[in-house]
Amino acid sequence: MTYVVKPKFRHPELPKNKFGYTHRDYEGAVSTLCAGCGHDSITASIIEACFELSIEPHRVAKISGIGCSSKTPTYFLGNSHGFNSVHGRMPSVLTGANLANRDLIYLGVSGDGDSASIGFGQFAHAMRRGVNMVYIVENNGVYGLTKGQFSATADRGSKSKRGVVNSDSAIDMVGIALQIGASFVARSFSGDKKQLVPLIKAAIEHNGAAFIDVISPCVAFNNHAGSTKSFDYVREHNEAVNFLDVMTGRPPIHVDYAPGTVEMVEQHDGTVLALRKLDAEYDVHDRLAAMSFLQHHADQGQIVTGLLYVERDAEDLHGHLNTVAAPLNALSEKELCPGTAVLDKINASLR
Amino acid sequence: MPLQSVNDFVIRFANVNGSGSASANELFARAVLRMGVPVAPRNIFPSNIQGLPTWYEVRISEAGHLGARGGTDLMVAMNPQTWDKDVAAIEPGGYLLYDSTKPLPKSKFRDDINVIGVPPTAITNSTYTDPRQRQLFKNIIYLGALSALLDIDPKVIEQLIAEQYKGKERLLSSNVHALHLGRDYTLKNLKCPIGLRVQKSDKVGDRIFIEGNSAAALGAVYGGATVCAWYPITPSSSLADAFTGHCKRLRHDAETKKAKYAIVQGEDELASIGIVIGAAWNGARAFTATSGPGVSLMQEFIGLAYFAEIPAVIMDVQRAGPSTGMPTRTQQCDIISAAYASHGDTKHVLLFPEDPAEAFDMAAQAFDLADRLQTPIFLMLDLDIGMNHRLCLPLKWDDAKQYDRGKIMTAAMLESGVDFGRYLDVDGDGITYRTYPGTHPTKGSFFTRGTSRDRYAKYTEEGPAYQDNMQRLLRKFETAKDLVPRPLQANAEKPTKYGVIYFGSTSPAMDEAIAMIEAKGQYLDRLRVRAFPFHSSVASFIADHDFVFIVEQNRDAQLRSLIVNECSIDPVRLVPILHYDGTPITARFIARSIGEHLDALKVTPLRKVVS
Ligand SMILES: Cc1ncc(C[n+]2csc(CCOP(=O)(O)OP(=O)(O)O)c2C)c(N)n1
Ligand code: SF4
Ligand SMILES: [Mg+2]
Repeated sequence: MTYVVKPKFRHPELPKNKFGYTHRDYEGAVSTLCAGCGHDSITASIIEACFELSIEPHRVAKISGIGCSSKTPTYFLGNSHGFNSVHGRMPSVLTGANLANRDLIYLGVSGDGDSASIGFGQFAHAMRRGVNMVYIVENNGVYGLTKGQFSATADRGSKSKRGVVNSDSAIDMVGIALQIGASFVARSFSGDKKQLVPLIKAAIEHNGAAFIDVISPCVAFNNHAGSTKSFDYVREHNEAVNFLDVMTGRPPIHVDYAPGTVEMVEQHDGTVLALRKLDAEYDVHDRLAAMSFLQHHADQGQIVTGLLYVERDAEDLHGHLNTVAAPLNALSEKELCPGTAVLDKINASLR
Repeated sequence: MPLQSVNDFVIRFANVNGSGSASANELFARAVLRMGVPVAPRNIFPSNIQGLPTWYEVRISEAGHLGARGGTDLMVAMNPQTWDKDVAAIEPGGYLLYDSTKPLPKSKFRDDINVIGVPPTAITNSTYTDPRQRQLFKNIIYLGALSALLDIDPKVIEQLIAEQYKGKERLLSSNVHALHLGRDYTLKNLKCPIGLRVQKSDKVGDRIFIEGNSAAALGAVYGGATVCAWYPITPSSSLADAFTGHCKRLRHDAETKKAKYAIVQGEDELASIGIVIGAAWNGARAFTATSGPGVSLMQEFIGLAYFAEIPAVIMDVQRAGPSTGMPTRTQQCDIISAAYASHGDTKHVLLFPEDPAEAFDMAAQAFDLADRLQTPIFLMLDLDIGMNHRLCLPLKWDDAKQYDRGKIMTAAMLESGVDFGRYLDVDGDGITYRTYPGTHPTKGSFFTRGTSRDRYAKYTEEGPAYQDNMQRLLRKFETAKDLVPRPLQANAEKPTKYGVIYFGSTSPAMDEAIAMIEAKGQYLDRLRVRAFPFHSSVASFIADHDFVFIVEQNRDAQLRSLIVNECSIDPVRLVPILHYDGTPITARFIARSIGEHLDALKVTPLRKVVS
């Protein structure tokens, strides 16, 4: 199988963003996933988010593991460098890439098998290190690419296509991300572009480890009755706590929200998140409360979505390591090599 | 008859781990060096044995033999737990220095050695009240005693103490005081010097005294490494520690004080190599330091780096395996697992430094090679050179040197309209151009993947495209043969049918063994292999000799296998000489093993041996 390249024909009236890019400029090769796969909708949301933010496509590095979900970076941002690495190891590869050049935007795409099973450790450690990235898990509760085995996010009691009931309890990656210190945590649904696009935009603007768990039904292996990751099930049990509007680079003057229902959250780069609260009690800055809220609703079979937590003054790994402002990959021998005079001194100290 | 020797003997300190003996022992070695006499110290530290024993062995050799010799002429027995074994290890006629504070029954000694009793415990107990001080100064008192027994100039030790405690006057004077307590007691109560003595000489020259791990880490600094990711494992941890230390001193911006490097202690070796690969993909020079078990864990990623053609430097400080094996003992046992690391058809570049000076050079060079060849480069150190101070040539650098970043396609080149194919071999050397992420808004981006692809980085499962790529990777490996450090050949004084190939930390023992072998009237040409893939001179060296001994520190003759395999050579002519008990190989072992073979070959006509 080879990828089909999309025709470069552009409609002259396609809307352009600040940098003059059209929607098309954010697309990639034609998807080879199953028709109707949730992952393709996430791809569309990523394209939309990057277009709306007027990101220069080549300033993004897309990095993934292995799986149907991890293939998707081929289908968006065709002018960005991409790296389809090894199964479960996107977080470490992305961490290294990020250390090498702090100026790019890092988009990590993974699956629930990739991140909750084989790569569970790497997921956890990238979050706790505060790698400045968007970490999207396209969560379908199964291993799509290897034909439908349960993954570690499959709920206990959910039924496989072949009728086997899962007896293991599920890993809730959002719960883990909260617990280990991710500074931006959200959950959404591939079928809810209106909710997902602003979440991706906010995650990109966030300075630190931003995690989004996106429930993304696998139409081939996990979209039947008895599955808790099917389109129908997720629609019925979706409990959104808020909706976001992301405003970049300008103060939010005209906001048509009913008073009291909107909270303005400023990010480090001046971006403002207008948070439309659906649950008046929910506080996105309270990590502990978020954790108990999630557990409470999970017990009732509800899937809580929205922006679940954001840290106001998040710092990223470069901040922790106190690295120079220039990308490390741009430093030359002049900046890096101490030279012979220093070496002579070192030699002298070793006699 | 007590052993008599000037500037040529082995002293071994038997210590309890954590008793503060390490710095006093090192002081001893440095004092001998300052007297112009070469020393080769070795730490022997079992991983987990009751009594926490550590030994520090110092070979003193005016002739400059830096390999392990074997045997102990003077034992400084400070660990009651290992007493019996330590006493048994002394050469007949050798010396035992022990703490005579408490009398020991005669049965605890041997008749054929010379017993020297000095009571550091009694001396410290009557001088100090603080238990920590008592412990620490005991070591210095021993040093004082040794200076008297071996005729070491106390001024030299005082000078070293002064350098160590510069600005800490109280510590300085109390150490010097303790030194003299031990020295004065010994001079007053014992016959000094003994048969073993250190005499001023001029055989050290401008050489330096450094651990291989520290030198390799410094090589990484000079070579422009900016990202280091690692996971603790003996004997490589001190390499990452040294890199951290060097960077703190040498790599902070003078004005902003910010770091021009990033070091991450990964959650395991998979993460470490993943970080290295991600950083190198993105154009930074990156490395990891590990040992055999870590290399095992990295296998899948190493295959990715090979196939996706990403530079990565892996410093493997080898220890005795398999599994946890003997984690604090030395071997050269990862040759095969590194050379062919990962699944599928893979081959990797290996560098074999012989000592810290070469570890420095090769560490720096590894980054140029990685960028030039766009592939993983292994720097194959081992515990013997990594964790011991070794006398070696001063480290050298050329300020005119520029890093070779390899074939990087820039925005300007893309703009000029060159045909960019990530896997397009435009120069015929198997090496293709790459772009760093973010180079150009519309040109030069590509998708890096571990799956097969065509010359333009497009995914494909077409057999011919896959083979085309695999063949190119072989071409690239051919190119590597002329880029990596060449083997060094030294011929015997007389023409000979016999040769020897060796590598890495075996070097000093080999040099010494050659002298022993030649003293018996036997001659050997030698070739020190410094890298894999092998330069063509390896095959021609073998072709030029009837038999070639291959000396290595592992059970399975791994380098020999690699030579047989890669140079298509008849294994019958390659005689393995294998040392793998975890101790560093000795000249005595090499000379004896090769000597026996040579004797046998002499009495048996060649034709018979071959048939
Ligand atoms: C080391 C390794 N083991 C196993 C596999 C096989 N494998 C490929 S994808 C996959 C699971 C992917 O599941 P997930 O991450 O949930 O992605 P999805 O296909 O569901 O989107 C597995 C087990 C592999 N590629 N590498
Ligand atoms: S198998 Fe499932 S996850 Fe994979 S492409 Fe098809 S629907 Fe999507
Ligand atoms: Mg999945």
